[in-house]
Amino acid sequence: MTFVYRTLKYGFIAFWSMFVVAPFLWALSTSFKDFNSVTGGATYIPWVDFEPSLEGWKVLVRSPAQGGINIIEPYFNSIFVTCMASLISIILGTLAAYALSRFTFKAGFIKNNDITFFFISQRIMPPVVLSIPFFIMLGFLGLLDSMVGLILVYIVLLMPIAVWIMVDFFNKVPREIDETALIDGCNPYQAFFKVVLPNSIPGLIVAGLFCMIFGWTDFFFAFILTFTEVQLLPVAIVALNSSITPWWSLSASALVSVAPLIIVAFLVERYLSKGNLSGALK
Amino acid sequence: MNFKHKYIFLLPGLLVLIGILIFPILFTVRLSLSSWDSFYPGLDFIGLENYVRLFTDDARFWESFFRLSFLSVTTVFLQYVIGFALAHMVWKDIAFQRFFRVLFLIPMMSTPVIMTVIWRTFFHESLGPLNDFFSLFDMTPLWLSNEYLALVTVITVEVWQWTPFMFLLMLAGLLSLPKEPFLAAAIDGAGPIRKFVYVTFPLMAPISIGAIIIRLIEASKIMDTIYVLTSGGPGTSTETSSFYIFIKGLREFQMGYSAALSFTYLIIMIISLTVIANVLVKLFIKKA
Repeated sequence: MTFVYRTLKYGFIAFWSMFVVAPFLWALSTSFKDFNSVTGGATYIPWVDFEPSLEGWKVLVRSPAQGGINIIEPYFNSIFVTCMASLISIILGTLAAYALSRFTFKAGFIKNNDITFFFISQRIMPPVVLSIPFFIMLGFLGLLDSMVGLILVYIVLLMPIAVWIMVDFFNKVPREIDETALIDGCNPYQAFFKVVLPNSIPGLIVAGLFCMIFGWTDFFFAFILTFTEVQLLPVAIVALNSSITPWWSLSASALVSVAPLIIVAFLVERYLSKGNLSGALK
Repeated sequence: MNFKHKYIFLLPGLLVLIGILIFPILFTVRLSLSSWDSFYPGLDFIGLENYVRLFTDDARFWESFFRLSFLSVTTVFLQYVIGFALAHMVWKDIAFQRFFRVLFLIPMMSTPVIMTVIWRTFFHESLGPLNDFFSLFDMTPLWLSNEYLALVTVITVEVWQWTPFMFLLMLAGLLSLPKEPFLAAAIDGAGPIRKFVYVTFPLMAPISIGAIIIRLIEASKIMDTIYVLTSGGPGTSTETSSFYIFIKGLREFQMGYSAALSFTYLIIMIISLTVIANVLVKLFIKKA
């Protein structure tokens, strides 16, 4: 019985691990191919199955004028937009979450839970529903195809996540902490910034990581709301997916885009092991 | 004292969110009452005409909606079962625990649209590795151009991409469970299966429901994957509501009509998610 269970368990883990890495390995192999090795059918191992070429990787650092694809600028655009939007969402979201966790609000039938739900429910809206009015609104404000416009839109995407995680987190930070601080003569802001916030770093980190994941992986808004001035990484990479698809540079750029988030995966796991994430997620 | 201060904490976030969203929402409602399209771009007023058309004369929208329901329920169910199983497996007593935990998280960190481009080459019917494998058995399944297999492909990619999210939430839940019920079960001599059915699962039920609802919300927005993988094709066989709204609004520029679609879609989603949440709570919390 135990033997059967163990075999099944390790069998499934092995199967799933292969499934998880399959597209990455395929991309890694493809990134070293050239036109002939791609169109000749599926091949896997360099030197054995095909003659490796560095074309796919070289294209990434060459300037567009020399037939390269500019991926460096979109890369930094993506980092900047994601970080700014995450930061603003975390700051505003944390303040709101603190209020929702500590104070009682009542306006007619609207109570704390309803306000929290209002924040979180913004995630129900599909990007396509918001994209048309956002397009018109940003056009009106002159923010189309600009970083500021994208950051505004991403705040709507990310603040619900920050509020969702932080409300749960603050609910688990004992109220006595703030009360003691208030008795000791702090005003509510000092209590929050000097006492509660330092005790909430794990929650802030988890909320930040989640915001960064969801900001970094968005495609649709960047696709609709920017054209040439500001290009984000996913849009730049998908743009390669045109009539004659250069599989090699596509694969190389996909791997480059995943790389920074692998570090995030390690960080998430670290906070998970310490048991902090379980406090932040419910 | 907690009278004035509480608004200073709450309002910045709330006002920014409302400030950014108020125009899009009001505009969508207004737009849905107009006939704005590429010939007559403008906010005229045609009453509920768009809604009448939507409810009486648009089978394609309802098909796309049922397809979306099927896709989200199937993918979320698979993600839940696999994610929970994986989380349970790496919960304790396993070699290379950290390695597997990180590995299982990685797909979620990769940009869906970019990975879908890679998956498209993976499923490529003549040049991809998958059909290279199937050609050993003299088969060439048409992963992207057969109407049923295309759905299988979409589900596979979605499960690959988002099972990690479920895995993360379930593992976080498992790690936060109290130890006493397990000790009690061990003293009563419960085997691993009984332990799971009577202790682990009931304790995990609230977390499970939360995770399923969150995933259903996210899954219903499925768009990037379909856009890159099949563009809704072959025909309309992988077209979901979001994609149909996208085609009507941003391809055919029937802005007014697509706004009506959007608004109807939102209302249906809010109602059905509320119903699903309540049903799940009734079903599982009662059992517990």
